[in-house]
Amino acid sequence: MPLLECRNISRYFGGLRAVGGLNLTLEPGELVGLIGPNGAGKTTVFNMITGIFPPTEGQVLLEGRDLSGLASFQVTQLGIARTFQNIRLYKEMSVLDNVRTAMHAGRGYGLFDALLRTRRFGAAERRLTEQAEALLERMKLTARRDEPAGSLPYGEQRRLEIARALATSPKLLLLDEPAAGMNPSEVGELLELVRSIQRDFGLTILLIEHQMSLVMNLCQRLVVLDFGEVIARGTPAEIQSDARVLEAYLGKGATA
Amino acid sequence: MVQFIEQVINGLQLGFVYALIALGYTMVYGIIRLINFAHGDVFMIGAFVGYFGFAVWGLPWPVAILVSMAVCAVVGMAIERLAYRPLRAKGAPNIATLITAIGVSLFIEYFTSLKFVFGPNYRVVARPFAVQVFHLGPVSISSVQILVITVVLVLVAGLQYIVYRTKVGKAMRAVSHDRDAARLMGIDVDRVISYTFAIGSALAAAAGVLFALAYPQISPFMGIMPGLKAFTAAVLGGIGSIPGALLGAVLMGQAETLTAAYITTDFRDAIAFGILILVLLLRPAGLLGKAGPEKV
Amino acid sequence: MRARSFAIAGAILGLYGLLELLRQTGIISAYWAQIMDLSLIITISAVGLSLIYGFTGQFSLGHAAFYGVGAYTAGFVSKTLGAGAPGFVLALVAGAVAAGLVALLIGLPILRLRSDYLGIATLGFGVIIRVLLDNSHKLSPTLGGAKGMMGVPQLASFVWIFWLAVGAIWLAANLIRSSYGRACISIREDEVAADLMGVNTTALKTLAFVVGGALAGLAGALYAHRYPFLHPSTFDYLKSLDVLLVVVLGGLGSLTGTVVTAIGWVFLLEWLRAVLPSEYMDLRGVVYALVLIVLMIARPQGLLGGSSAKGGKRRATA
Repeated sequence: MPLLECRNISRYFGGLRAVGGLNLTLEPGELVGLIGPNGAGKTTVFNMITGIFPPTEGQVLLEGRDLSGLASFQVTQLGIARTFQNIRLYKEMSVLDNVRTAMHAGRGYGLFDALLRTRRFGAAERRLTEQAEALLERMKLTARRDEPAGSLPYGEQRRLEIARALATSPKLLLLDEPAAGMNPSEVGELLELVRSIQRDFGLTILLIEHQMSLVMNLCQRLVVLDFGEVIARGTPAEIQSDARVLEAYLGKGATA
Repeated sequence: MVQFIEQVINGLQLGFVYALIALGYTMVYGIIRLINFAHGDVFMIGAFVGYFGFAVWGLPWPVAILVSMAVCAVVGMAIERLAYRPLRAKGAPNIATLITAIGVSLFIEYFTSLKFVFGPNYRVVARPFAVQVFHLGPVSISSVQILVITVVLVLVAGLQYIVYRTKVGKAMRAVSHDRDAARLMGIDVDRVISYTFAIGSALAAAAGVLFALAYPQISPFMGIMPGLKAFTAAVLGGIGSIPGALLGAVLMGQAETLTAAYITTDFRDAIAFGILILVLLLRPAGLLGKAGPEKV
Repeated sequence: MRARSFAIAGAILGLYGLLELLRQTGIISAYWAQIMDLSLIITISAVGLSLIYGFTGQFSLGHAAFYGVGAYTAGFVSKTLGAGAPGFVLALVAGAVAAGLVALLIGLPILRLRSDYLGIATLGFGVIIRVLLDNSHKLSPTLGGAKGMMGVPQLASFVWIFWLAVGAIWLAANLIRSSYGRACISIREDEVAADLMGVNTTALKTLAFVVGGALAGLAGALYAHRYPFLHPSTFDYLKSLDVLLVVVLGGLGSLTGTVVTAIGWVFLLEWLRAVLPSEYMDLRGVVYALVLIVLMIARPQGLLGGSSAKGGKRRATA
């Protein structure tokens, strides 16, 4: 069974079509890139999958289960996590708490345990903290544990976003331009990081990215969007030589 | 039926007064996203200045309205300059500005209640003219009602002219659409905001004088309820929208007058705010407002 | 950790003993004792609003409505059951539960609204409650309507008020320093992101609103049993504003700031009453308003806490 299946999904914003009739299937363990020019509708696809702006038409299925009508937090609890193109960390919370907050659904205690500080509360909090610290270690953020997230440099904020997404224990990870604003050496590190977390956490990853070096080296398969429609699918090598993709990126006549 | 028509006319009079106040709320909100809590108190000052004008200084009432509008325009600009602009310059959180606005409102109310200012008590307003009643068939309509409705229509037409036919109006619309872009285009944003306060406050002043003529009792705390209701009207119509403020105010005036006439007077305010909450829930952008999806 | 908890508990017990001694011996006069009680009652209510607004970011201009619901419910229960400790406890519980229930009923629909709009909706809710209290005699003559309610047994002694305030602060602190509290703060920081990280934002906002409303209700219930005259005007929009100011001046997201500011604010207002010559009593409102404006312009991020990062966030589009 495919992990994720988007069946003919479309999204309209007041008469304007952002995405039309998209079909997309991800098998478990795949690492797929979603590319296309600015305004092609890539982030809208993420928003439809995560239920912020549910598809106007069509269905999204996770492991065969229809996600229609679910709230975003329910979609996340079923195993889809994401990062944001324009970083959306909780700026005033500490780095550790950013990660721990994402574990709320799996906190393992109830309201009265929290209010009365029961033994169960203590044990569960210790476990949450250890898991969060392990994720920070993994993302090389241990030294920043107690700093407010907003004070971190850009590249570290991007890594913290990934750590926070992983803390929700996802099966599918959606990364929205994780390399935006990074220099080439940071992009190189990110590439290794994404590969290793995919392997170690057994993740399926769908990635939006403009940095072609990253996309071409990382993804097994690419889907190209333009004006809300898929214009090409294939391996990085196939996409690089696709005339329509070049045209979408560079304009008509550029292929001649 | 005759009684119903007369109630509708009463509601129209009230709604038109609300409309003048609501315009100031909606213009200021449109331009700096601030619920200017002090606006109802500017309305109160307008009522007092107008009252002094025709009852104490012996001015003809149209002149009293103009004097009141001029005084309140200055008051409005002063409030903006002294209280809100320093916060804007600091990039303070919205909530700080909102609370400051509440502070300004309280300041005006308590300051004007002092004995050497307006004093804390109600004053009964002696109208500068005898009230005549006209009969259109079985329906009677008073000269005060005709006066209120006419003055409001003239002022709204004037506002429409300023907003859509003058350079200031164009700048106001530009700033309200995109402040940063307007600044880059060389518009003096602070000055435009100042003009907006001046115009909104002048309209509130006129509303105050009309209110004093129509419901002849004034006090330093008289601005609170009409202010809240006018704001409700602005939200109802779609905040930031001038036609919306007018529509919302007219509906608000009708709702309030008709409930009082046919259902209950005790719960009048509760019903007004019940409507507000329902509108916010069912159509948060208001009747004529537009809402865009939040960018993610 | 454990040692620290014992030290804090010991310090609070010591503080209570000292205050009780000073009151019994008359060193703290009945007048100032009454102000002290009021400051603790306001603290309980302010801690409630701190949960709602300071930590969860849900702007409310109607907090006094919950305070009023608690006071009237508790007063009604107590007057009906008659004096006595069991009736008093029941009245306190009833006040808190009634306010919590009202918060649930009103919160479920209106917590979908954001910032200014939520503020206006809660303000409207406050006006509605005020109007209902003004007309409450139609429901039961005991409630008194616009004439006010008298004859509630004055059973809220210092021992009750002090320890309930401590308890309220303790519960609020526990809530904040748990996964629930972190989830609430994440909603304040970025509601969309919180939702996408698996936080049921509706449930948590409602939780904060209900707990915060119930605390205000408890405070109101204590008030009803401490001051012999209840009137709808004690629970109107200006009172909501008082509590909001305390929470904002204390620094959003600082429980310590809320508590210190609540106590300081009540004493400041009384001190103003004490120092201003009686012919200048009218100036009190003017001074209050001026202090408020100057404080907000000078320190828009609050008096305590409030890092510069805090001022930069929730930056005004204004």
